[in-house]
Amino acid sequence: MTGLVHRRLFWPTALLVALLALNIIAEPGFASVRLQDGHLFGSIIDVLRNGSPTLLVALGMTLVIATRGIDLSVGAVVAISGSIACTIIAGSPDPGSIGVVAVAILTAVAVALVLGGVNGTLVSIVGVQPIVATLILMTAGRGIAMLITEGQIISVSSPAYQVIGGGFFLLLPVSVLIAAVIFAGTALLTRKTALGMLIESVGINPEASRLAGVRSRSIMMTVYVFSAVCAAVAGLMISSNVTAADANNAGLFIELDAILAVVIGGTSLAGGRFSLIGTLLGALVIQMLTTTVYSVGIAPELTLIFKALVVVAVCLLQSPALSRRLARPRRLTPLTKEVVS
Amino acid sequence: MTATVPHLDSPARPPQRGGAGRPGRTSILTSPFLGKYASVLITVALLVAMFSVGAGRYDNFASPQVVLNLFVDNAFLIVLAVGMTFVILTGGIDLSVGSVVALSTMIAASLLQTGWPAPVVIVLVIAAATVLGLLVGLMIHYFDVQPFIATLAAMFLARGLCYLISLKSIAITDPLFTELAQARIQLAPRISITPAALIAVAIVVLAALVLKYTRFGRTVYAIGGNEQSARLMGLPVVRTKVLVYTVSGLCSGIAGILFSFYTLSGYSLTGIGLELDAIAAVVIGGTLLTGGTGFVLGSLLGVLVLGLIQTVISFEGTLSSWWTKIVIGGLLLIFILIQRLLTRRSRTSSR
Repeated sequence: MTGLVHRRLFWPTALLVALLALNIIAEPGFASVRLQDGHLFGSIIDVLRNGSPTLLVALGMTLVIATRGIDLSVGAVVAISGSIACTIIAGSPDPGSIGVVAVAILTAVAVALVLGGVNGTLVSIVGVQPIVATLILMTAGRGIAMLITEGQIISVSSPAYQVIGGGFFLLLPVSVLIAAVIFAGTALLTRKTALGMLIESVGINPEASRLAGVRSRSIMMTVYVFSAVCAAVAGLMISSNVTAADANNAGLFIELDAILAVVIGGTSLAGGRFSLIGTLLGALVIQMLTTTVYSVGIAPELTLIFKALVVVAVCLLQSPALSRRLARPRRLTPLTKEVVS
Repeated sequence: MTATVPHLDSPARPPQRGGAGRPGRTSILTSPFLGKYASVLITVALLVAMFSVGAGRYDNFASPQVVLNLFVDNAFLIVLAVGMTFVILTGGIDLSVGSVVALSTMIAASLLQTGWPAPVVIVLVIAAATVLGLLVGLMIHYFDVQPFIATLAAMFLARGLCYLISLKSIAITDPLFTELAQARIQLAPRISITPAALIAVAIVVLAALVLKYTRFGRTVYAIGGNEQSARLMGLPVVRTKVLVYTVSGLCSGIAGILFSFYTLSGYSLTGIGLELDAIAAVVIGGTLLTGGTGFVLGSLLGVLVLGLIQTVISFEGTLSSWWTKIVIGGLLLIFILIQRLLTRRSRTSSR
């Protein structure tokens, strides 16, 4: 068992270490972290802070993918939640007050609950394929976000709101702490209770789980709602970090980064077994990749080519067909696949 | 053929292949005539209703030119929707089409800029897009990668290659391209159509004939109905599945050329979200996302619905462009719910 876990996390860890080494060679000061005005500063801290929204979205995505689903609407939810929060704060007479900011945050999260509920209903009760069900919100969501902001970029000047994406607490950026708390909470909830196992069983075989007494529908509903809430918090971080809501570009392609992080982390897209630590490593790899492209001096636009190559490589490594061809029997994929083929 | 497939499938309910859940796929084939065409009929009714509302509300709306402009302005989307129909009919999905269109315009514009002759460029661009589609198909089949993730990788790759060629927009000044972009074929006084629109319509007709009358077309439907049954019947499943993505690549290449006629430039950021429009058009046109049922002509109607939404919004004037996205999302939701209702009803009636 430990050998299996070791092997699953070996590649993402190796990738992360390689990227880190490359960065330190390219820029010797990369690994240094200095203390200034009671805050920690340094490139590593920046990677952690910029990677927090991706990590949160990837966290929700991991659970969705574990149930054999996918959530394409997270980018749109990021845009919607940022737009709602910024519109409320910008429209209030006292943008700096904690009360207003709290109302804005709670409203954004509440709307995300509804949006996640819509996705969950379509997938679990109506029975629409997850790609398609979430595609609807992906298409309409940006329109809704633009409707909220009326097509403008809403900028806010609220010190209280800025704390989420740009503030520090106990030496560390607040966004890193928020991501860490949500990550730890999810890990505890899925690994110390039966929830994680139930999610995996739904992903491996929804029908069999239902017959075994697992409430597949409510579990599916839960993961989509959770994914939307994670995306909403990520949206708050992004809009707070740049102190503005951009309905067009906030969270653009973040669903792809999140899926990539999950896949790199070793969670199979076919559902079933998932690894939260893997997703954490995957999200860090994605963020490091972006940072590396900048620090090594490659045109940032080429990041996409690297990401494409990474997706292909990881998919081929995970592919059961390839491992069959290499004649090395592995049991990484869920049983259902092997029964069929 | 359609009569035998459900018998293989329905009583025993063999385990479904991995990937997205696909309940009750073959059942709609057994449903009566109305069930098969119900979704398309709803689309036609919607199209007629939208057009009559538009004609009632705005002056100059009910002119033949407005209808023809739907084809002129959406020629590239029509071709994309044709390719997407093939893929979705087999139960797959192709997310790469938008960025392949962008890549095609970039390759065309940059080659023309360095002085290559236009006909050679057109052939090269279409060949490049086709090869990309072929590679995606091979990856999906031989490495058992999900269509969604393989085409996602192709999407990244094509977009990245665009940036590699140039970050800036490249204008096309080639005489053949500009001539084709400005050419207008007069059908009647003050009523004209572009060559691009005619090409798009020709491709729709060709695709409809291929799907209906060739062995390849029938195999596409059979795979979408039930891949295992198709394999057991001895149909060339592997070849057809790879070919379907190649066809989608080919269509993306042609759409890219038509798009460069339309804009006379190549730009890395064109076509973001175009894949969603193509998927929406196919779904609204009555093709089941689970595969097996649908028509190319339906996809054409789907594109016309999307085009009509945009036309109505531009005629309205006061509505902002983001309403387009919301309305398309809403329509997509309604049509998917209708699809679910239809499949569910026909499944219970066939038992």
